[in-house]
Amino acid sequence: MANQPIITVKNLVKNYGDFEAVKGISFEVYEGEIFGLLGPNGAGKTTTLEVIETLREKTSGEIMVDGFDIETDADSIKKRIGVQLQAAGYYPNLNLSELIVLFCGLYGVNKTPMEMLEKVALTDKAKAKYKDLSGGQKQRFSIATTLINNPRIIFLDEPTTGLDPQARRNLWDLIREIRDAGTTVVITTHYMDEAEVLCDRVAFVDGGHIIGIDTPDHFIDQLVATGFEREKETKGANLEDVFINLTGKEWRES
Amino acid sequence: MNQKYSNTRATLAIAKASFRSILRSPSAVVFSLAFPLIFIVVFANIGGGGMSIDVGVTKGCDTLNPVYKALQKNTIVHLIKDQSVDEMNKNLAKGSIDAIIDLKPFVPMKPIDMSVQYSHASGDKGAVLKSALNNIFYRLQSEQLSRIKAYSGIKIPDAVNLKETVVTGREYKYIDFILPGQLGFSLLSSGVFGTAFVFISLRLTLVIKRFFATPVKRYSIVLGETLARIVFSLLGALFIIMIGHYAFGFTLIHGVVTVLNMLVLCTIGLIIFMGFGFTISGIAKNESTVPPLSNIITLPQFLLSGTFFSVTAFPTWLQHVSNVLPLTHLNNAMRKVAFEGAGLGDVTHQLFILLLWGIGVYAVAVKTFKWE
Repeated sequence: MANQPIITVKNLVKNYGDFEAVKGISFEVYEGEIFGLLGPNGAGKTTTLEVIETLREKTSGEIMVDGFDIETDADSIKKRIGVQLQAAGYYPNLNLSELIVLFCGLYGVNKTPMEMLEKVALTDKAKAKYKDLSGGQKQRFSIATTLINNPRIIFLDEPTTGLDPQARRNLWDLIREIRDAGTTVVITTHYMDEAEVLCDRVAFVDGGHIIGIDTPDHFIDQLVATGFEREKETKGANLEDVFINLTGKEWRES
Repeated sequence: MNQKYSNTRATLAIAKASFRSILRSPSAVVFSLAFPLIFIVVFANIGGGGMSIDVGVTKGCDTLNPVYKALQKNTIVHLIKDQSVDEMNKNLAKGSIDAIIDLKPFVPMKPIDMSVQYSHASGDKGAVLKSALNNIFYRLQSEQLSRIKAYSGIKIPDAVNLKETVVTGREYKYIDFILPGQLGFSLLSSGVFGTAFVFISLRLTLVIKRFFATPVKRYSIVLGETLARIVFSLLGALFIIMIGHYAFGFTLIHGVVTVLNMLVLCTIGLIIFMGFGFTISGIAKNESTVPPLSNIITLPQFLLSGTFFSVTAFPTWLQHVSNVLPLTHLNNAMRKVAFEGAGLGDVTHQLFILLLWGIGVYAVAVKTFKWE
């Protein structure tokens, strides 16, 4: 893959009244990669995502998604992307199968609930309500709804926040599988270890600006080249490795 | 992606999801079906009996007396014989007994010796008993007079030449009044509470936002929800009408045609009431502010729109208020259609007022409704 851009953002500005949330951001996401938007709370990550997802009007700038302009072709873009919102709920009183059927109708595609639930290993929860799922299951179900329309790109906003280490690893595997199947993934996260092992490239956002885009490896090498050293001597493992080693890799369901 | 996107399909998908959700929501079922049915059962049973006057009978009362026999035949008088004098006096003072009678043994050719105690505590019922007694006395005296006339040949002119006729007509049962009112109430609560709750919760839980990330159109979301609520409410209305008709003898003059006309009225009413719901969902900050706001809309109409008793029972100034409310006109139209056999063309006055409400409510709803 010769770094073909699938999303191009040029000088994106988004103001909420007097407040400038995004102050002229430019970046590209390449086809088939997992792209991470990293940064502290309030940096403008979610706003940037929601503008690209056609959920918010931009103030100025240019954005192309899979060859379509968000200004003139929002409908074509909506058909080509899958969106997982931070902390979104689902239609009340419906079970997972019925929710999938609903989304099939919304996207105008024909998929069976089982086929979608199988992709995220939730077939045994087909008759369960969303609110009764565990944190990890909720996130996997959300991802299943983003895949219904065979999207070219999916957007995941903090999908691993609040998950235990096993569920987190399990979700990483799922996200890699999705990438390997040819779907571009744009993800936001607060966990740098996650970005390091999962993302092909990351962009750091702070105060409405992008302050760096590169591969995690490059960033680390650059920092080390400046003579940076961790205060504590690095050991061959960290506490999370201990946790996984002690409690096992297999995923807990509740 | 290759097949053409269908807004109809998306709308129906939302309608189906919403319908399933409504069926599984206890409050919707309770408000739309259980409450109206409970009210119908209660009022059909207590309302149908009309007036009843409880009359205590003293221990020594002559039960062979012609006055006593006449009272026994009177359907609104209920004679009570199993209470002591003390009990009866106490109950009379409280008003739970309306009068006490005592009849001395009947002696032919002597005046009937009778005493009646009334009570201020029981309102008009004493007066009704008095008039019933006078009626009995008049008949007894007429009998005596005619006997005297027969013996003596004296001609005494009749004071009154009474001709009584009863027109044959449909019996207007209380169920014929209460059922349309309950239907209106059911539509009102479903339209206002249901719509407001659904839209505010879809908005707060970001369900609508997630929908917006799909190619679905905004009108599909509103239309789908509306469709589901109409289907649910019409099924509920049909259920209430059927129970009313078969279990309580609710009058449906032209049978199926009347039912269909009623369902059309239900739809019109529901759409207007949903406008209130849309407005409230926009004004309310969160789910807990929905009930007070909804009650401001529903309670006055519940009480003043002729749901339980006719608007004509109110003082005139209050009737003016009643005649402004949309539920009053829906109820009136519904009663005309069900009992008088009117078609929709005969209730254009009511429909016109409902139309004005519809325009007004939706003008406000469009201004206040919030998507996110």
